Amino acid sequence: MTRRRSPGRTFIRGLMRNATGVASALFIAFLVVVALFGPLLYAGDPLAISDNPMLRPGGGHLLGTDDLGRDVLAELIYGVRVSLFVGCVAAFAATVIGTLIGAIAGYVGGWVDTAIMRIAEFFQVMPTFILAVVIVALLGPGLLRVVAVIALLSWPQTARVARGEVLRVSRLDFVNGVRCLGVTEWRILFGEILPNAVGPVLALGTLIVGYAILLEASLSFLGLSSPDVVSWGRILGVGQRFLFSAWWLSVFPGLAIFSTVLAFNLLGDALGDILNPRRAQA
Amino acid sequence: MVVGIVVVGFLITHILPGDPVDVLVGDFPAPPEYVAQVRHEFGLDAPLATQLWLYVANLAQGNLGFSFVNRQPVLSLILQRAGATLLLMVPALMLASILGVMIAVRAARRAGGAMDSFLTGVSLVGYSIPVFWLAQILIVVFAVKLGWLPAQGMFSIRTPSSGLGVVGDYAKHWVLPGFCVTVYYLAVVARVARSSMLEMLHQDFVLTARAKGLSERAVLWKHVLRNSMIPVITVIGYNFGYSLTGAILTETVFAWPGLGSLFVTSIANRDYPVLAGIFLLAAVAVVLANLVTDLLYAAADPRVRIATPAIA
Repeated sequence: MTRRRSPGRTFIRGLMRNATGVASALFIAFLVVVALFGPLLYAGDPLAISDNPMLRPGGGHLLGTDDLGRDVLAELIYGVRVSLFVGCVAAFAATVIGTLIGAIAGYVGGWVDTAIMRIAEFFQVMPTFILAVVIVALLGPGLLRVVAVIALLSWPQTARVARGEVLRVSRLDFVNGVRCLGVTEWRILFGEILPNAVGPVLALGTLIVGYAILLEASLSFLGLSSPDVVSWGRILGVGQRFLFSAWWLSVFPGLAIFSTVLAFNLLGDALGDILNPRRAQA
Repeated sequence: MVVGIVVVGFLITHILPGDPVDVLVGDFPAPPEYVAQVRHEFGLDAPLATQLWLYVANLAQGNLGFSFVNRQPVLSLILQRAGATLLLMVPALMLASILGVMIAVRAARRAGGAMDSFLTGVSLVGYSIPVFWLAQILIVVFAVKLGWLPAQGMFSIRTPSSGLGVVGDYAKHWVLPGFCVTVYYLAVVARVARSSMLEMLHQDFVLTARAKGLSERAVLWKHVLRNSMIPVITVIGYNFGYSLTGAILTETVFAWPGLGSLFVTSIANRDYPVLAGIFLLAAVAVVLANLVTDLLYAAADPRVRIATPAIA
């Protein structure tokens, strides 16, 4: 008989073997540190307007200043908070909602399943980006609104994956075993099946973080963010107006968005490789 | 499905706050009688259900409504701009589909090899890069610093009148925005095609084909690729369906005179009928693309023609 390893240890071992997974996890950890302590380490105020607009990178302002003389590096540092907040909260909300709905659809089956999947299908036909832009434009900018819109538009994806996983796990023998012990159906679903089905859902959730960060940046780029919130996308929107004179307003914030989204996508891929039972067997 | 989209499109633009009358009247303080008159003129004082009914009835006759801001029917406005979007997106999507599959075949030949890692990396980069940033960088490098290619618009202001000159001018303007669009869709297609082919490579029929003494080339292109096409067709169809959405950011950066730019200006103007019209068009495009995709399944896979289509 083989000794059972704890799921946590197996997971960490799997992650350690995946070099890109480790690298992206480290980069994300770095971003979290910047988000938490960056403002303490770097004295610049991202909203302080100075009389030194459009300074080239170097000198007193490492990454230059924008059209209102604000320090670009300070804006980038504060921007980490917005991107991580939007990305993580939206992905968390979408994952929780999608998992619950998908799990119920998969486990209950019948017309409940059909109805829920029809709704999810409907959401997937929707041109999500257009819908997001319209909703935010009409409701007015606001971080929580952006989060809500992203969550609203991404839960169906999670629901599909969760449903598939619940269907797979609920056919396994141990479920019938638990049922024989007299455990209620709800406890079987939430206590036994879901914990065994969350792997692919978590991997997808990580990918949604990247997607949400990209969407928030796109909305801010189009000018759909409040002026008192420092967002990477908004700096790029300013850079669009000064493309011919101030390249640093485009290059640095874009690099920040790109590397962050890439890190989450790589981590999501790595998690998918580790946590997805179907791929692990192959 | 389509009815649902129509209703959602109508509702989001009418229920959410933001009054188009404010835009029509302007910032100048107007007497309330005038505001009421404008409201009545455009039928904005009718009950919501009446407005919806009128909208649907008009839609059935091909009337998408009237743009308050442009003082022009929405349909003609959209048709004016659709050509430019198609000229941007269709060549890019075709290029991305063909190159994406070719790259995937190369990568799948030796999974885990140097070529595979490189191509997987490139496609991940294409997947993660904000398209509007890529667009800006291209402009800074190729238009501003090097001055090789035009940065804005679809034609030069001094458009040559002869046929070939126009095409050349368009091609020159297409290079940068077209590249931006291609990179993203290429990444998507290559990713899906690669993983689909890798799954197929482990199947028994591949072993049989190799045992028959077929060249690796024939095995990959004729047997593996053909059998991996369903997910690839799905993702290509999906790309075409969502091409309107994909055009928005690229068109904005390059001032390409298509539907994407129209959409962005309509937001600033709170031009509801145009927004609803573009939303509707985008959603219908997705539904149509799905339909064509389903038909193509049958062409790619004979089993679909016989069996009930039970492809997840």
